[in-house]
Amino acid sequence: MADLRSPISRVRHLGSAKEGTHHWWAQRLTALALVPLVIWFVVSLVCLSTADYAAVRAWVGSPISMVLLVLTIAMTFHHGQLGLQVVIEDYIHVEWQKITLLILVKGIALLLAVVGIVAIARIAFGG
Amino acid sequence: MAEATPPSASRPRPLSPHLQIYRWQWTMALSITHRATGVFLAAGALYLVIWLAAIAGGPDSFSVMTHFNISIVGRLLLLGWTFSLFYHLCNGIRHLVWDAGWGFDLKTGHITAVLVIVASVLLTALAWGAAYLLRH
Repeated sequence: MADLRSPISRVRHLGSAKEGTHHWWAQRLTALALVPLVIWFVVSLVCLSTADYAAVRAWVGSPISMVLLVLTIAMTFHHGQLGLQVVIEDYIHVEWQKITLLILVKGIALLLAVVGIVAIARIAFGG
Repeated sequence: MAEATPPSASRPRPLSPHLQIYRWQWTMALSITHRATGVFLAAGALYLVIWLAAIAGGPDSFSVMTHFNISIVGRLLLLGWTFSLFYHLCNGIRHLVWDAGWGFDLKTGHITAVLVIVASVLLTALAWGAAYLLRH
């Protein structure tokens, strides 16, 4: 059992790209990061449930929540697109549809993350 | 690249998951719910970005958002997202524990399944109960 690759993959030069576990690890690490972030986020929203506009704006713009919110957005969309990728790969078996959907999901995730972070920056720096 | 067609092209291989073939059981329902809440939470992430954009937009866009949030549809969505978040969080931790190599046997699997359901319902009730207490 020195080599787990199949003979056919060796003949076709389809060698290991050495990143087969990258998706798995990224999904787990973003999940781990989201555990404290999500708890902080829900507790904050509960505290903000009676707040008016000025208070909500002040909260988003305060240094600690700004940092944690940017992290929450980044981790959420990274984790989310990794998860949606697996769902798409499991259920869409027509190649061009699968690829199109994957590109769309990843593109929209990136777009929304940037929109969210820019919104936080505008609130914090008054742009 | 190779010219020969792979064997899977001429002979379709069984594709996972076959939901209609498996015998229904609790742990399977939890697994499907994990995926369903994950997809639903992706919509919640979109809503979070809309909320942040509304705050950045000023008091008017924020008030439109608040009006929707306190409507029946808004409340149901927020309640659904709260439960989904706690469920996905609790069951996600269950998955991370599995990844660490613990809790694979049938008995532990069932105990942690019940724990996940109870914890996510309780945490949802706690969050909404606390929000209502703050209001009154």
